[in-house]
Amino acid sequence: MAGPDKGFSRWLLATNHKDIGILYLWFSFAMFLLGGSFAMVIRAELFQPGLQLVDPNFFNQMTTMHGLVMVFGAIMPAFVGLANYMIPIMIGAPDMALPRMNNLSFWILPFAFAILASSLFMEGGAPNFGWTFYAPLSTTYAPPSVTFFIFGVHLMGISSIMGAINIVATIFNLRAPGMTLMKMPLFVWTWLITAFLLIAVMPVLAGAVTMMLMDIHFGTSFFSAAGGGDPVLFQHIFWFFGHPEVYIIILPAFGVVSEIIPTFSRKPLFGYASMVYATAAIAFLSFIVWAHHMFTVGMPLVGELYFMWATMLIAVPTAAKVFNWITTMFKGALTFETPMLFCIAFVFLFTLGGLTGLMLAIAPADMQYHDSYFVVAHFHYTMVAGAIFSISASVYYWLPKWTGRMYNETMGKVHFWIAFIGFNLTFFPQHFLGLAGMPRRIPDYSIQFADFNMISSIGAFTYGLAQLIFLFNIIRTIYFGEKTTEEQTWESARGLEWTLPSPLPFHTFERPPAIK
Amino acid sequence: MALPKDGETPRYYVPARSSMAIFSATALAMIALGAASGMNAMHSADASGSDWLLLYAGLIALAIVLACWFSLTIKENIKGMNSEQLKISYRIGMQWFIFSEVMFFAAFFGVLFYVRTLAGPWLSGEGAGVMNTLLWPGFDYSWPLMDTPQDAIGGVKEQAKAGFLANNGEHTGPQKNLSWPGLDNLFHWLPFWNTTLLVLSSIWLEFAHHALKKNKRTAFNFWLGLTLLFGFVFVYLQYLEYHEAYVDYGLYLNSGIYGATFFMLTGFHGFHVIMGAGILTVQFFRSVMKKHFTKEDHFGFEAASWYWHFVDVVWIFLVAVVYVY
Repeated sequence: MAGPDKGFSRWLLATNHKDIGILYLWFSFAMFLLGGSFAMVIRAELFQPGLQLVDPNFFNQMTTMHGLVMVFGAIMPAFVGLANYMIPIMIGAPDMALPRMNNLSFWILPFAFAILASSLFMEGGAPNFGWTFYAPLSTTYAPPSVTFFIFGVHLMGISSIMGAINIVATIFNLRAPGMTLMKMPLFVWTWLITAFLLIAVMPVLAGAVTMMLMDIHFGTSFFSAAGGGDPVLFQHIFWFFGHPEVYIIILPAFGVVSEIIPTFSRKPLFGYASMVYATAAIAFLSFIVWAHHMFTVGMPLVGELYFMWATMLIAVPTAAKVFNWITTMFKGALTFETPMLFCIAFVFLFTLGGLTGLMLAIAPADMQYHDSYFVVAHFHYTMVAGAIFSISASVYYWLPKWTGRMYNETMGKVHFWIAFIGFNLTFFPQHFLGLAGMPRRIPDYSIQFADFNMISSIGAFTYGLAQLIFLFNIIRTIYFGEKTTEEQTWESARGLEWTLPSPLPFHTFERPPAIK
Repeated sequence: MALPKDGETPRYYVPARSSMAIFSATALAMIALGAASGMNAMHSADASGSDWLLLYAGLIALAIVLACWFSLTIKENIKGMNSEQLKISYRIGMQWFIFSEVMFFAAFFGVLFYVRTLAGPWLSGEGAGVMNTLLWPGFDYSWPLMDTPQDAIGGVKEQAKAGFLANNGEHTGPQKNLSWPGLDNLFHWLPFWNTTLLVLSSIWLEFAHHALKKNKRTAFNFWLGLTLLFGFVFVYLQYLEYHEAYVDYGLYLNSGIYGATFFMLTGFHGFHVIMGAGILTVQFFRSVMKKHFTKEDHFGFEAASWYWHFVDVVWIFLVAVVYVY
């Protein structure tokens, strides 16, 4: 079979799953740095009380764009990139099921984010209504750029749905003979369920932004009580999408961690089957808990109670996963290479984020925590220490396999420790800020919050710096890393990818491999 | 493509590279940018038709690219390049695409459910809220909603005027609605004829499929043609209904939540009927002019027919909750 094209057409016309995976991963890194720079603006403004650097409207644009870029531009494409690169290899497939559509899924994204980012330069500024774009802030009182935002979201949705359909078709149809569902690596399992969630909820998001569009430009009253609609309705639709969305972000992270921890514990994963069922249970529950984001909007009491109890149920399968990871490590011959460090930090910090989630699930207590920095701390423990840490781990884990070169272990460990300390310095104090009553999404604050905010900002700059080390380490590895040709980069790594040469050939399997 | 030797697993097939995807992405981006800039320019004083040029260019570009892409796929299949495995991938892809469409409609059905069972009664004072007494005194909820909360308090509030909404945020209820007129008037009620047409067209389409499986080309073309005819008449009747709604009933997009949900559900359904009819038309001409499809291999037709049945099922639900119940 043919090798890669020369020049840029290799990337523009890519149908090879590895090339498209690389495109996704670099795109998401670029968006990670862009969204991160927005976060730096936020933390710089909050370094001290008072308004120093930006005006409040621009601050709102920064929080909005930071959330949108990180969720839709950094984390999701990073996991789609990992899925593209790894799933066909892990199941013994030649490529993704629908390679040309795969190319389309990727190339829509740069256009979508160019449109979104260009809104920063439009009259009236970028979207400033928060990444959750609640009506009527995003309809009646939105800047004109909201229309571009809406069509940008449509493009992202089209890309996600096509990508997810491709992944489902690949997993259902392209497994090598003998690769039964319950033999699939857990990363493949979590992605199968994630893809299902994507296909189920991205169209609902498309419906939500379409109704916004109609309300703004064509006079409908979906989210306006004047015509018999309801602004709260927007929140219901948004969170019906939004809650599965947070599991779309975290389930592949679970998968990655379930690959890496057994390798460096030199033991098989404890409770494989229960991991699969727990993932499915979390996905199911994600559809019936959405209104726990809306305890303070004025729901009927039965609604509050139902969504409170249903939400707490999620702790059960999630705890099963955490215990499985811990039990995998128990009495294992542990070593602490960079991927493992990130994964142990993941287990520890994600559990913290999960526990604060449980606190937030308690409706009466949430009346106090709602829209405070406690929420910000909670979801950054799951999004950053959960998703981003696991993405970092997987890059270090598979980079030798991808490039045939070993990354610098010392630099990796330095990256980890600076990121770990920076992250906790940023977000741990935000718990206290929130409990003390500091609201989120504000550019200025009362002086009693000053000390914790300054610590938080210093932590954020530290964390940002750590990512530059990460970037440097990756580029150094690609061009100057020590060459490695061994198939088994990590001595007890299991899975088909470790039976193949490093770096991986352009086309992996020409015939289905034998699965034992 | 080399055939596998005996006892070997079949060699995987990977499709060749193609420039179709990058052109599609460009066309989609043109559509997004064109539609957004067109809509934003719509409300300004010097709005003109040229605001929409980029959108039109994008739509034309997308149509051309998709036509090229599909004909490429068809040619490759006729040459025998598509493996059995790839054909299954196409089927899985189409099935999950239809599932995504189901969820898209579910969002709008969910809105209708929420408005009718929760938001409407709350606005008229049900429950412990004060929305009725403080914000919309005198509003009485009934479905179809003929008088909006805004009507009840006598016009647009200053608050709504302050925003940037189309129609200045005016939501005046319609004069008449399109709901179930009772059994006596059944035959003067367009949705009845529309339902009949769409259900029958789905049946004709199954006849066509059976004819194809028995390799009866003429019968296949006939039944498929009849399906299309019924589909197009449906679209025409739907147009008549919209005309009636706008001209005779005073029912517009901004006629409160009844108008909004009515036009969004029937509109998106109608749009999907037009798409489905378009896809089926392509299949019709492929069969009539190019003698495409064999009795074993006719996925293009099959996918189109799945889509058509899906549109039919959506209509049944739609009639039930938008018109009758």
